Amino acid sequence: MTGLSSAGLSSAGLNAAGPDAVGLIATVLQVVLVVVGAPLLTGLMRQVRARMEGRAGAGVLQPWRDLRKLLRKEPIDPRGTGWPFRLAPLVLAGTALVVAAVVPLVTTASPLDSAADLFAVTALLALGSVALALGGLDTGTAFGGMGASREVTVLALVEPTILVSVFALSVRAGSTNLGTIVGLTEADPMRVLSPASLLAAVALALVTIAETGRIPVDNPSTHLELTMIHEAMVLEYSGPDLALIEWASAARLTVLLGLLGSLFLPWGVATGGAAGMGALVAVLVGVAAFAAKTAVLGMLLAAGEVFMAKLRLFRIPELLAGSFLLALLAVAASYFLAGGA
Amino acid sequence: MSLWRKIRKTGRVAEPAPERPTGEAPPEAAKLGGSVQFRHVDAGSCNGCEVEIGSVFGPVYDAERYGARLVASPRHADALLVTGPVTRNMEVPLRRTYEAVPEPRFVVAVGDCARDCGVFAGAYGVAGAVGDVVPVDAEVPGCPPEPEAIIAALRRLTGR
Ligand code: SF4
Repeated sequence: MTGLSSAGLSSAGLNAAGPDAVGLIATVLQVVLVVVGAPLLTGLMRQVRARMEGRAGAGVLQPWRDLRKLLRKEPIDPRGTGWPFRLAPLVLAGTALVVAAVVPLVTTASPLDSAADLFAVTALLALGSVALALGGLDTGTAFGGMGASREVTVLALVEPTILVSVFALSVRAGSTNLGTIVGLTEADPMRVLSPASLLAAVALALVTIAETGRIPVDNPSTHLELTMIHEAMVLEYSGPDLALIEWASAARLTVLLGLLGSLFLPWGVATGGAAGMGALVAVLVGVAAFAAKTAVLGMLLAAGEVFMAKLRLFRIPELLAGSFLLALLAVAASYFLAGGA
Repeated sequence: MSLWRKIRKTGRVAEPAPERPTGEAPPEAAKLGGSVQFRHVDAGSCNGCEVEIGSVFGPVYDAERYGARLVASPRHADALLVTGPVTRNMEVPLRRTYEAVPEPRFVVAVGDCARDCGVFAGAYGVAGAVGDVVPVDAEVPGCPPEPEAIIAALRRLTGR
């Protein structure tokens, strides 16, 4: 295991038999938490928004009720659609699940740690988006194609920013393994306040918003087809397929917010340093910290959305180019400051 | 920040939820389990009903707290909210929209026009009431119907 992991993090591997099992438990917990918690996060964000608008809101559990109902409904394959349409929800949900398993949210000592590579995670997220864009194109409707082209435009601007900004963080760690980066930051929390890290944080926050289709890039509750990005691609999906897509979108948001939390507020993430009971307690703390951080970040995002309107489509590249510039500055800063020190 | 102050000052504007409406719901509605997505179809209304539907989903009446939500596509919907008499041009689109909704599906006819053509009965462009084109599960009388009446019809479907 130690030999396999690219960064040779595995402080877990150094301990006797116990830590591997604990790492496994932590990973399973993390996946379960994302699967169950993602719709709750969506519900929480809608509830925050409703309260700020003076409404009562449908309750945090409403997204789960929606999913339960969608699963009971009849699936429809619109006339003329083929395998890309049918496969897209499965690929989207599958990649979301894999990312939820490998990203260091609860623990950095997961047995899948060697897969928690920056490039692998970015590629998995992109794979899901591309699958959905193909599904949208496959319907042959005007809105499906329009949504797909917009999604790919946003994707092309978002992916480099994710790569570059996490790269800025990985320069110091000397590894693109997310677990190593999080572990190092946790060992030395002052790192978060370095200019490189702050710039990268802002850039990553912006692309998280863009990637998950929130205001100001996309409006998840719009009814106006001409302004849609994500929604336009899924207009033709119904029943269980739609349930998969909605769950996957929620899971991606949860994972990206969680990753943001792990990278820049890494307190509480279990590192696998302890053994025996200590490790289990660390995992439980990690679970609580992940839930709390993600909920707070989600509430902040929802509150921010109340104050903002969606940007005009042609302004979005400017916003994303700005975030790319921040990411680039972060890389530059991390090199120069590391050289100066 | 003035918006922030406004939010603080206004507080909750949603009116307290009235008693759960009595009256029978379509038996199939139990399958929806407290979550009903509506697709609104304007089959030829004067837009009076739309104003009322708008306020049903606004902050004061807040239909979302009963699990109802407006969606952008009939494929996402469980029920259609049809307003106005069905005009000749909207007859086929309405039927197609109905067919695009996955089973189990419901139709709520909102307003006197949708029920029996109302003031437009006998007009040359009118093909008939909503019930003549697609099967109707619930009706909301009134011209335009009060938001309370629409809410009651929605709540019978969501069961909350
Ligand atoms: S019922 Fe009244 S308000 Fe509604 S569409 Fe007909 S005329 Fe207009």
